[in-house]
Amino acid sequence: MPDARPGTVLVAGATSAIARAVAAELARRGHALVLAARDLAEAEALAADLRLRHGVAARAARFDALDFASHAAFAAELIAEGDGLEGVVVAFGWMGDAERARHEPDEARRTLDVNFTAVVSLLTPLADHLEGRGAGFICVVSSVAGDRGRQSNYVYGAAKGGLTVYLQGLRNRLFPAGVRVVTVKPGFVDTRMTFGLPGTFLVAPPERVAAGIVKAIDRGADEVYLPGFWRPVMMAIRAVPERIFKRMKL
Amino acid sequence: MIASRAERLSGWGRHPVQECRVYRPEKVSELGEVMASPPEGGVVSRGLGRAYGDAALNPGGTVVSHLRLNRMLAFDEAAGVLECEGGVSLGEIVDAFLPRGWFLPVVPGTRHVTIGGAIAADVHGKNHHRDGTFGRFVDAIRLVTPGRGMLTCSREQEADAFRATLGGMGLTGAIVSARLRLTRVESAWMTVDQLPTRDLDDALARFADADAGHRYSVAWIDALAKGRALGRGVLMQGDHAPASAAPAKATRRTVRGVPFDLPGATLNRFTVGAFNRLYRATHGARTGAMEPLERFFWPLDAVADWNRAYGRRGFVQYQLVVPIDRADALASVLRRAAESGRASFLAVLKRFGPAGEGILSFPMAGWTLSLDFPVASGLTEMLREMDRTVADAGGRVYLAKDAMLDAVTFARMYPAAEAFRAVRRTLDPAGVLTSSLARRVGLA
Repeated sequence: MPDARPGTVLVAGATSAIARAVAAELARRGHALVLAARDLAEAEALAADLRLRHGVAARAARFDALDFASHAAFAAELIAEGDGLEGVVVAFGWMGDAERARHEPDEARRTLDVNFTAVVSLLTPLADHLEGRGAGFICVVSSVAGDRGRQSNYVYGAAKGGLTVYLQGLRNRLFPAGVRVVTVKPGFVDTRMTFGLPGTFLVAPPERVAAGIVKAIDRGADEVYLPGFWRPVMMAIRAVPERIFKRMKL
Repeated sequence: MIASRAERLSGWGRHPVQECRVYRPEKVSELGEVMASPPEGGVVSRGLGRAYGDAALNPGGTVVSHLRLNRMLAFDEAAGVLECEGGVSLGEIVDAFLPRGWFLPVVPGTRHVTIGGAIAADVHGKNHHRDGTFGRFVDAIRLVTPGRGMLTCSREQEADAFRATLGGMGLTGAIVSARLRLTRVESAWMTVDQLPTRDLDDALARFADADAGHRYSVAWIDALAKGRALGRGVLMQGDHAPASAAPAKATRRTVRGVPFDLPGATLNRFTVGAFNRLYRATHGARTGAMEPLERFFWPLDAVADWNRAYGRRGFVQYQLVVPIDRADALASVLRRAAESGRASFLAVLKRFGPAGEGILSFPMAGWTLSLDFPVASGLTEMLREMDRTVADAGGRVYLAKDAMLDAVTFARMYPAAEAFRAVRRTLDPAGVLTSSLARRVGLA
């Protein structure tokens, strides 16, 4: 059910490679964009790029995921502006150092705060706005790491798993209002998070993942794995009984 | 500091192949960090890897990919000045601006070149006789230098750094962004004439007429033709078509690829000879034909990965320029190539206009010829011989294509190298910027 004129979309965490590719895909379809990131200079470069290549309205906004106190005002300002917000893409996240997160409470908490708490904090006012509007979408980049806790990065996995559950509930709540909630679970994508990381395979270019994300938003998909082969892979990983899984080295 | 990884890299000629440590910053600040604390072995910037030889290789050291630093930053519609990052490709600019009636003032034979690469090699095109090099249309360059940090240079400000950076092969700093003047065009079409040429003298004579009357000119040469037919080919001259003459329908090109390395013998003197006869047969005299701009400028871009056609060992592209009165040296190189029987699939001849501002820029008034040779035994020796012929004639070879030139001959070909080194000492006193090419020819 596409709107007559594509509305404004907020991309939070706009400097990630996936976010950049999603923003470009949305701009190609004529959406106006607000690119929110901690690094305002980078967000401004990205906004200028979208304006020049696609002729859409795009602007940068400063947003710090860990500055929880600022989230309500940030959301309020966006909602008040123009004809409001049609969609939200949340693409910020932080893998951190898995080994440190195992042993250092501060590192563990930071991993949970960026990947879970901050997303919930930002989406709370925006979800209310979209519910009132009676249309629109919320698309959040979660991770296959949230499908099952593994010793290699379970703190990050726990944050993403919690996020996936939060989005299930949000989807359930917003369905009657006609607001789509899309959970994206990318596998390995060619971004700064995976660059030079040992043990990655079948790494997907961000443009391909972004095309999949925008397609998922269009058709109102609930949970998508990108690229698609990760769905059966994760299904198999989830199916291993815990009794056996705990002995495995994944 | 961002993560890095080891990669086996080569230039477009796929020779040599060297293992380098690669960083790929996604933010300008990350590029700054890599440059501020350079790992052992020095650093060189890399774009789309279209330099043929070893200009963007640095084994035992670092290569910084600029491919994620490719944002367009500003466009002044009145002046036609675009500011964009060094990782933006010429093709991206064409895609964004040709529909609005703007084109690049100078384009090389492929659209898959970054702005940083186009500046570092000070690339030229089929309009060099009229418009000069790419660098002539660059108003300002922002670069990160090891010695002086972030620096903006132009003709008015830091003029020495500017002249050293044009054609400086990345050895003055990492190009963050640049301001370039685009040119107005009325359509995405070209009007093209083609004139078969009997031999080298005929081709050279016809360039004078072509260059007086046309914005673009280039000749394809049958590099296998010997004796009296030496230098026979087809001269092409073109101009941007006015809106009134352009077909209404835009064309969409399909790109076919070479999916795997062809056996090294695929391009041999018989297949290339057959191709050359076919090419001449199908390129008879023709005037005023309409051709899509992309096909005129970048015919080989229609074949993705065409460099694989030379097989696993790769190839060397050899481009020389000799002064206008030294056509004898040109004939001598062409004869040497034809007699060697080493199949040159691509042989291109053009007349250059006067040299530009870049201290190490390749073009100078004279004849430029480029030849392809598959890597095989004895090739180095033949190219060294050609290097001597070119240097003796007061000419030089193009560093963006070179893979073989030695330091002594380089010094003869590029007498301005000392002036370049002097500027480099101010921008990079510790010699952090380096590459296989730079070390080979003695620039670093």
